[in-house]
Amino acid sequence: MGKKVALTGNEAAAHAMRQINPDVIAAFPITPSTPIPQAVAQFIADGEMDTELVTVESEHSAMSACIGAAAAGARVMTATSANGYALMWEMLYIASGMRLPIVMAVAARALSAPLNIHGDHSDIMGGRDTGWIQLISENSQEAYDNLIQAIKIAENKDVMTPALAAFDGFNISHAIEIWEMEDDAAVKEFIGDYEPLFPLLNTDEPITHGAWAPPDWYFEHKMSQLKGLLNAKDVVEKVGKEFGEAFGREYGLYEAYKLDDADFVIVAAGSVCGTTKDVVDSLRDNGIKAGLLKIRLFRPFPFKEIADALQSAKAIAILDRVSPAGAQGGPLFSEIRSALYDTPTRAPIINYTYGLGGRDTQPKHINSVYETLKKIVETGKVEKQFDCLNLRGAWG
Amino acid sequence: MAEKLLKWDEVLIGAAIKDPGNSKSYETGSWRVERPVWNPDTCIQCMFCWVYCPDSSILVDENGKMVGIDYDHCKGCGICVEQCPSKPKSLQMILEAQAKGKTEEELRKEVFSK
Ligand code: SF4
Ligand code: SF4
Repeated sequence: MGKKVALTGNEAAAHAMRQINPDVIAAFPITPSTPIPQAVAQFIADGEMDTELVTVESEHSAMSACIGAAAAGARVMTATSANGYALMWEMLYIASGMRLPIVMAVAARALSAPLNIHGDHSDIMGGRDTGWIQLISENSQEAYDNLIQAIKIAENKDVMTPALAAFDGFNISHAIEIWEMEDDAAVKEFIGDYEPLFPLLNTDEPITHGAWAPPDWYFEHKMSQLKGLLNAKDVVEKVGKEFGEAFGREYGLYEAYKLDDADFVIVAAGSVCGTTKDVVDSLRDNGIKAGLLKIRLFRPFPFKEIADALQSAKAIAILDRVSPAGAQGGPLFSEIRSALYDTPTRAPIINYTYGLGGRDTQPKHINSVYETLKKIVETGKVEKQFDCLNLRGAWG
Repeated sequence: MAEKLLKWDEVLIGAAIKDPGNSKSYETGSWRVERPVWNPDTCIQCMFCWVYCPDSSILVDENGKMVGIDYDHCKGCGICVEQCPSKPKSLQMILEAQAKGKTEEELRKEVFSK
């Protein structure tokens, strides 16, 4: 049986790591994820886990050490944020290309400049094409649950692809919430033992990792890699069900909150979904058919399932916690609008950027989004396809 | 190419290589413009060329003696010639075309027709 605890998102991630007890953790501290390796170091010092903690001099080195250890055959984890994640970027491709099931906690944060240490999705969205599986968590419970599931997903024989479980910096990483921590033994049993595919340390079967692939090989290897990433979709669903059976909290590819008959739908990822659920509840109390589609699995993007889930909507607003950076909208917006193109719905879709650099997003802001959706349905007109929430000054 | 290349769903996961040392079968010598030619008569077997060759292309027999050059992999950088201390030098660079008795134009055509 699990027990209720009142701890931060970072502590949730650290406890997941303690219970997973990987062979190696290589990490460099960066706000807001610093408390994760810090807590891990404490657990190791207290004899509560026997992981080899490699303290490196940069995140690039952290991911490099993770790759070396994983190639050797170890179960490997790390944690990072923001510019640290960005500094890993080159190595993220190498980890996924070598099909090493490394699992990483990301306390998602804004990227400089201007320097800002608070939460948004600039880091994970910047790395969305690195070939990693990306799970996004709404709260501490999910940060904990997703990290445990990520191990099982990444290490699945059909997947063998690194995975990250992200949760919003500060909103989740530093906020104390009540969540349920499972028994150490139950977590251990759930994830099982890891059997590496081609461990370098197996001298009976010598293997080369990280070799050169000239033009007549590279393409084939990249598509083989893509297949592993795409396979993750079914495995995420399967592991989410198994997790439900083991611990009573079932997970799917996404979460549908009062979505079935919803006219006005917000699509979002991360901690803002908690606020949005509250707003949906109060709108429903007033007879307004509001709903939320919460993105859980962002890579591989389950476009078909998400498009199917949005068919009832009369108007859709997609919230991106990252600047669209010159694209037609944020990354979530682009994915979802593209997913809907091949389906019967022609519901109007609008995009908001919110919460950059830790900017508050309150119920009144979410309410204004539903107000806009209502107005669009009533008038049949979209005044602004792209807008910002809680920005000083009108946009566009 | 005579050898049948594997399809995307046949390649080994993570581009791992199960047969160690297979880079031997990947010939890199075709890049060469000039090649070193060895003269055994003046060679003092100092092995400088072996130490300096960045492509492990100096062939050595079981007695540890320099016996020639692996032209399948030698890229023709000329470092061995630079380092050779014998007088006169026991290694000398000559044009690849000259070694093959062809003009540079013919050689270029041959390489690019592959
Ligand atoms: S020319 Fe360069 S590559 Fe060739 S044998 Fe000499 S040192 Fe080695
Ligand atoms: S460096 Fe010159 S003399 Fe020395 S072994 Fe090589 S060819 Fe012979």
